Amino acid sequence: MRKIYDTQLKLLKQKMSDMYLRMEQSITDTVECIATGDKKRASEVIARDSEIDLLNEEIQQLCFRLILTEQPVAQDLRTISSAMKMITDMERIGDHAEDICEIIVESKEDGLALDYGHISQMASAVMSMVKDSIQAFVSGDIALCESIGKYDDVVDDLFEKARNDVILLIRHDVKYSEKALDLFTIAKYFERIGDHATNIAEWVIFAITGEHPSLQ
Amino acid sequence: MLKEKKDTDVGRKNGTETNVKKAPFGNSISVKRADLFYGDFHALKNISIEIPSNRITAFIGPSGCGKSTFLKCFNRMNDLVEGCRISGEFRIGDVDIYSDATDVNELRKNVGMVFQKPNPFPMSVYDNIAYGPRTFGVRKRSQLDEIVERSLTQAAMWDELKDRLNKSALGLSGGQQQRLCIARALAVQPQIILMDEPTSALDPISTGKIEDLCSQLKEQVTVVIVTHNMQQAVRISDKTAFFLLGDLVEYGDTEKMFTMPHDKRTEDYITGRFG
Repeated sequence: MRKIYDTQLKLLKQKMSDMYLRMEQSITDTVECIATGDKKRASEVIARDSEIDLLNEEIQQLCFRLILTEQPVAQDLRTISSAMKMITDMERIGDHAEDICEIIVESKEDGLALDYGHISQMASAVMSMVKDSIQAFVSGDIALCESIGKYDDVVDDLFEKARNDVILLIRHDVKYSEKALDLFTIAKYFERIGDHATNIAEWVIFAITGEHPSLQ
Repeated sequence: MLKEKKDTDVGRKNGTETNVKKAPFGNSISVKRADLFYGDFHALKNISIEIPSNRITAFIGPSGCGKSTFLKCFNRMNDLVEGCRISGEFRIGDVDIYSDATDVNELRKNVGMVFQKPNPFPMSVYDNIAYGPRTFGVRKRSQLDEIVERSLTQAAMWDELKDRLNKSALGLSGGQQQRLCIARALAVQPQIILMDEPTSALDPISTGKIEDLCSQLKEQVTVVIVTHNMQQAVRISDKTAFFLLGDLVEYGDTEKMFTMPHDKRTEDYITGRFG
């Protein structure tokens, strides 16, 4: 019964997984680019963002069509409505990865120079949050979702430390101010990515339980 | 306390008694451990439910699940069914409606009913509305005029019909006829209105008008509606009860039930995966 509907719901989950995988790849590449300064790879991340945007559009249209034609309720309603919220956060994560990679491409510094102070720790923590949110979505693991909220506090602390690193760098010599500004911008993007990963975890919990908690 | 009705004629006999007590009915419904049999067939199984006053409660479930049968228990329509046996406690307000002291006519005045197919009487619009009040002894023309205007206004039909009061009700459209039936039910000032799939034979515009009307009416009366239209249940009801094979599977706030049902059977039914 309702075979077409079930097929469309499967398609939605498939497209969500595709978008997740691309977003995860972008974050992984971005973190490595910061360490290595690999501008070619950073350019690939920038190019990949249009694929993520396209998937965002496709998923959004699919959700609208399902709401219009199938009038979903219960688990289906939760899945579709949370998907619409999650793809917004995934799309923004993709944008922020692109923004960081644009800084890397345009930077005069080598990669190691951008892997400065606490930024690499922030990058690792954020990458774990994104990976865990994907895993939680795939496995329906509420405990994993809740642990992402704790990561977010760690990322916020690291952002404060990264900010202090930048202040010290400028105080050390004003000629580093341009680099310091890049570092601070990158740190801020990672902090925002952490927030989006937390939002995703919250919507995964909603899809499972019908309750939308605040993990931040 | 459980009460066994051995013969449905008991209800009719009660209704014809002359010195019956006029029961002070309320507008909430409380049912405890209700069972209903049609001969050997166990149609309702140990149902308990509290239906709040001035709310719309929807009964949903596949055909034959017992929702209409249960609805008809609230104004003892099942008394008229040969071989029907009912046990359990049915209270409207504080009144045990199956007690010997209950006047069935008075009960049905307080608990009005609207059916799937509009059933106006073959008489004028005015006389359709005035029929109930006349039955209950209202004779003064000015009083009847007032009741007709009030009932049609309550049913959002006064402006539509005020110049056609003496025309036959059978000349109205299906949607108008159904709203006229609601107005007719309102004429005797019931506290509860039961609706058994009231819009299943109507077009979307008439359906919308009746849904709007239900939402307005709940300020004055308690509405219990049987519907096969899931979206209608979501749109208008505050509480929903899901029935399956004579069992009340799940009952709760409509919004909660349609976002996070507790029972897998409810989930499967409302998402259209069985039924």
